[in-house]
Amino acid sequence: MRAYQARFPATSRLLHWLMAVMVLVMLFIGVGMAASLSERYALLVAIHKPLGIAVLVLVVIRFVNRLINKPPPLPDTLPPVQRLAARASHILLYALMFIMPLVGWGMLSAARYPIVLFGPLQLPPILPHDEILYAWLRLLHTYLAYLLFATFLAHLGAALFHGLIRRDGVFESMAPWRQVRGHSADSVSRVGS
Amino acid sequence: MPVIGRFALAGGMPFQTDEPATVRSMALRFLPPGGEEWRTGMNNIPVLAVNSARGFYEQLLAAAPDPATGRVDPAKMKAFLTGHPETVRALAIITKRSVSSGFADAAFNSLDAFRFVDAAGVSVPVRWATEPLQPFVAESAAQAASGDKNYLFDDLIAGIRQHPLQWRLVVTIGQPGDPTDDATLPWPDDRRKVDAGTVTIDQVSSEATGLCDAVNYDPMVLPAGIEPSDDPLLSARSAAYARSFTLRAGEKDEKPPSAVTPLGVHAGDKS
Repeated sequence: MRAYQARFPATSRLLHWLMAVMVLVMLFIGVGMAASLSERYALLVAIHKPLGIAVLVLVVIRFVNRLINKPPPLPDTLPPVQRLAARASHILLYALMFIMPLVGWGMLSAARYPIVLFGPLQLPPILPHDEILYAWLRLLHTYLAYLLFATFLAHLGAALFHGLIRRDGVFESMAPWRQVRGHSADSVSRVGS
Repeated sequence: MPVIGRFALAGGMPFQTDEPATVRSMALRFLPPGGEEWRTGMNNIPVLAVNSARGFYEQLLAAAPDPATGRVDPAKMKAFLTGHPETVRALAIITKRSVSSGFADAAFNSLDAFRFVDAAGVSVPVRWATEPLQPFVAESAAQAASGDKNYLFDDLIAGIRQHPLQWRLVVTIGQPGDPTDDATLPWPDDRRKVDAGTVTIDQVSSEATGLCDAVNYDPMVLPAGIEPSDDPLLSARSAAYARSFTLRAGEKDEKPPSAVTPLGVHAGDKS
């Protein structure tokens, strides 16, 4: 049996897992912020803004990295429908990770909130002062967050489907750990010989 | 330093008639060079009537008019006050205050406490206020009886058109033990007060053209060196203002331009 043993380059894996944690944290902080009146509210807002900008910076780096370090091809055994779903969901994830911080930055700009990153460090506004525009972008920020969460769950579901049901090596290609099957058996047999 | 602000009456009723007892507010945006901002919303009362978001919520419920009678249910209000002795104490202070004849001769207080932090990281608790340089004139019964529903705002506009109005920005320095987490409690009168400068208002426009309502006077918008205290109302105000600001902004295109100021009044109003 010829196992699919492709693997994403280390930088791609690092960026993937770093951003996975950040995006998930952002989604929960966002929901927490919108629902809280307590002292936690101010803390959550203070984390949400710089973390969102960090996601924006990282997604640009990640996109460039993807052009340089091409992702490995999917296994030949994957049906065309799943191939298409994989491609579409990845485009959507990249788009949302890029657009969400921009909408957040834009809506704060339109409302003329200072966009404070840390202490006196802050970003300039990127849109004119317009409260109706703010109201639209604020609504868009919520809807896109739901869409991102749904896409994230689909991505997670697909990863588990590959890892636990299809067992086709796609999950392992992005896993942060080394592939146990194959590799270790290989090295053991080499040591033994 | 440029300052932009907003004069308003407290409460959620855009068409309410100006009355002496209605709480007045002055909100300011200080815009120092470098892009940082300091926003503050202040009121012409010495202390707040509640000290927690829960208390404010329960007060709103108790003060909501009964749909059947159109009046506040005294039994509900009594029950609320029984459960909130801090509100009873605060209302005694608030109702004793002397109300001025207008916005121009009113003092406005931050109510919540904050912390001023120096370069070494040492912080002191503070509350601040704007105290009018215009001489205090007591509100007279004739003003409210004049028939002008907007006499407070009309007088303010007329006053600024005559000459700039000024307030001293006074920072009160708290001492250890002064309550910073309870806006219903006043600080002792003998606390050190620092004159931090003069606020000059030399132009006025209505909300139809002035964008003063396109800004959320969020008390957590603070420059480096000013930090929130442990007052739970700061986070609550910040969160609630964000929500109401979003709702108001969304209704902006459905709202009449200005219920208060005739459009002609502010035109060419520069001093």
